[in-house]
Amino acid sequence: MNPATSTQKLSGWGRFRTGSCHVFRPEKRSEVAAALASGEQSTYIPRGLGRSYGDASLNENGGVIWPIRLNRFLSFDDSTGEIECESGVSLAEILEFFLPRGWFLPVSPGTKFVTVGGAIAADIHGKNHHRDGTFSNFVQSLELLTPAGELLRCTPANNSEIFWATAGGMGLTGVILSARLRLRQVDSTNVFVDYYKAVNLEDALDKMETSDARYDYSVAWIDALSTGKALGRCILMSGNHAPASELPSRARKLPPGTGNGAAVSTRPKWNLLADFPSGTLNQLTVKAFNAVYYAIHSTAPRQLVSFEKFFYPLDAIDNWNRMYGKDGFVQYQIALPQASGREGLRVVLDRLARSGCASFLAVLKRFGEAGPGLLSFPLHGYTLALDIPVRRGLIPFLHELDRMTLDHGGRVYLAKDAVLRPEDFAAMYPKLDSFRSIQRRLDPKRLFSSSLARRLKILD
Amino acid sequence: MPTVIILGANAGIGRALAAEFASHHYDLILSGRDREELVMVAADLSLRHKVSARPLTADIGKTEVLQSAMEECLNAAGEALEGFVLCAGYLGNPETAKKDLSEVRRILEINFTGSVLALEIAAKHFEQKRRGFICALSSVAGDRGRQSNYLYGSAKGGLTTYLQGLRNRLYRSGVHVITIKPGFVDTRMVFGKGKGPLTASPERAATDIFRAIKKHKDVVYVPWFWRIIMLVVRKIPESVFKRLRM
Repeated sequence: MNPATSTQKLSGWGRFRTGSCHVFRPEKRSEVAAALASGEQSTYIPRGLGRSYGDASLNENGGVIWPIRLNRFLSFDDSTGEIECESGVSLAEILEFFLPRGWFLPVSPGTKFVTVGGAIAADIHGKNHHRDGTFSNFVQSLELLTPAGELLRCTPANNSEIFWATAGGMGLTGVILSARLRLRQVDSTNVFVDYYKAVNLEDALDKMETSDARYDYSVAWIDALSTGKALGRCILMSGNHAPASELPSRARKLPPGTGNGAAVSTRPKWNLLADFPSGTLNQLTVKAFNAVYYAIHSTAPRQLVSFEKFFYPLDAIDNWNRMYGKDGFVQYQIALPQASGREGLRVVLDRLARSGCASFLAVLKRFGEAGPGLLSFPLHGYTLALDIPVRRGLIPFLHELDRMTLDHGGRVYLAKDAVLRPEDFAAMYPKLDSFRSIQRRLDPKRLFSSSLARRLKILD
Repeated sequence: MPTVIILGANAGIGRALAAEFASHHYDLILSGRDREELVMVAADLSLRHKVSARPLTADIGKTEVLQSAMEECLNAAGEALEGFVLCAGYLGNPETAKKDLSEVRRILEINFTGSVLALEIAAKHFEQKRRGFICALSSVAGDRGRQSNYLYGSAKGGLTTYLQGLRNRLYRSGVHVITIKPGFVDTRMVFGKGKGPLTASPERAATDIFRAIKKHKDVVYVPWFWRIIMLVVRKIPESVFKRLRM
C-alpha cells in the first residue's frame, strides 16, 4: 500500500529555507519502498524531526519520506546496552524509556528532539566529541533501503563504504530503516560540572587544551560580541556523569538494571505559541543578554546539574526558533583544524564582532579525531557555532566567513548550512568524489535529491 | 496482569491505544492483518513498557476465518482477559467506489459485517465470563450521511446502532460496551486532508479512549468537542443539508 501523502510547506529549524514538498508518511515499513516505487515524484529525501537548520530535509517540489511513525524499538540487551530501533525513534524516546534503566545516549546533540535516522545521516556530534567522536561511532549496524529498492545491512565492517557514505550522507544514499546502537551506562541522571570563566579566546582555548582530557563533556558559551582584549570571552562548562555514590541523597539515583529509576520527562515545559517580532534579538538585546550571562557566571567547581539542563537547555521551550521572528535565523557552524584553528577562530570572531551581527548563543568546542564518514563534519581541532537572525546583507557576510573558514582549512556543517556555495563546499569536503561515486552506484536512476543537494551540487 | 485484545493494532489509533494500555501495565494481544508489522509493534511495546505483547494475525475482511482467528486471540488471553477493543476500519476511496462495486462491498464488509462478526464472537465470550468490556471505534461519519464518505459513514452508522443493541443486551451480564466516535485523528485516513486545528494526535485520542473505558462511559466523541460539532450537524434540516457540499 502507498503511504498517505500531503503537500506541505516545510522549513528547516532556522525557518529561513522553506519549500513546498510532497510528504509521504509511511505507517508500515513496506510503505517506504512502495513510495519510492510509486513514481509519484521524481526525487525523494528522508526527513525526521526537522531539526537540521537549513535545507537538508527539504526537497522543493519533490518527495519527502517522513518515517516518523516507524519509531519502534526492536530489541534491547540489558547487559550490553545494545539497542535496535527504527530510524524514526527520537533520542528523547531513548532517554524516556532507557535512562530510567541506567542507559544514556553515547552522543548527545544540543537537542534530544532528533531521530536516530537523522542523527546518523548528519553524523551528529556532542559535547564529548573530543573523547568519543560522532554518533556513528556507536552505530553497530544499520538497515538501508537504497534508492534502487535494495535492503542492505551495513556495518563498519560489511558494506563499510556504504556505511560511511550513509553516516553523514545527509539522506542521499537511501532511507535508513533501522539501526543498532550501543548506549552508555550511567548510574545517575546528573552531571558534575566545572565552570570556568575565561577572559578571552586564548584563555579559553588554553584551558580546554589542558583540561579536556579529564572530562567526558566540554563546551564553552562564547560572547560573540566582545571585542579587543576580551575577544572571545567565554564560560567554559566541563562535566562528567555524576556517580550515584557521590550524590546527595535528594538527587535522583538510578540503580542500573533494577528498572526502578526515576521517571524521565521529555516534554518541553514551555511553548512559544507565536513568533517574536522580527528584530527582537538585535545587537542591543543580545549584547545586554551576553553581558548579564557573562556576569552572573563565575568560576565554580563541581556543580551538580541535571542532564536536561546540561545537555538540552533549549528543549525546555517548544518552538524556541520562533524567538527569531518570522524571518528566521541561520545557524552557522564551522570546524577548523588544530594547526590553524586558533588563528581562524580569532579572524572569524573579530569579523563577526565588527560586523555587529548579533549572535545569540555562540558555542565553542574542541573536536577530537575526525571519523571516516565521507561527508562527516568534524575535523580534529575546533568548532564554532553561531545563531544569527536573518537580515539584509547576511548572505554576502556569511560568504565572507566561508572564505575565511576555507582559508584556514576549515569547513561548514551541512546539517546547519543554508547559504554555502557549491565551489566552497567542494573545497571543504575533500572526500566528496568518493561519496559521489558510491552514491551514484546506489542510485543509478537519480531518485534521491534534496534542496541542499541541489544548492551545493553534491550529486553533480 | 490484566490483558486486553486489540484488533487493528498495527497503526493509527489502535497502535496508540495499545501503547496506552501497556503504559497502564496491561498485557496485550495485538491482532491485525500484517504479521510483520504486528511483530514490530509487539516488540516495541514490550520493550518500552515491560509488558507481554503477543502478535496474532486476524483479518475482519476474511469472514470465513474470522471465528478461528478470534478464538485464538481469546484463548491466548485466557483468564486474565479484561476487554476487547475493535480498531480496524477501512475508509476506502469514494471515487473508486463510484466505478467499482467491489470497493463498495469492501467498505461495507470491513466497517460493518466483519466488525459485527468479530464483536458477536467477543460478546458471546464476555457474556459467559459475566465481566469485562467491549470497546469499538465507530465514527462521527456515522452520525449523518454526506456525499464525501457516506458508504463508510453508513457502515459506521450501522455499527453504532449495533453497539447500542449490544450494550443493552450485555448490561445484565455486567459487560460494558463503549462506542467511540473519533473525529479527525492524525492517522493515515486524515493525513494530508488539511484539517489542522481540529485534528488530534492518535496518542491524545488513545488517552481519551482509555479514560472513557475506565469511567464506564457509553458513547464518547474523541476529542470531546466533536459532540458539539455533530449536534449542530445533525440539527441541520435535511432540506438544507442536501444542498451543502460536505
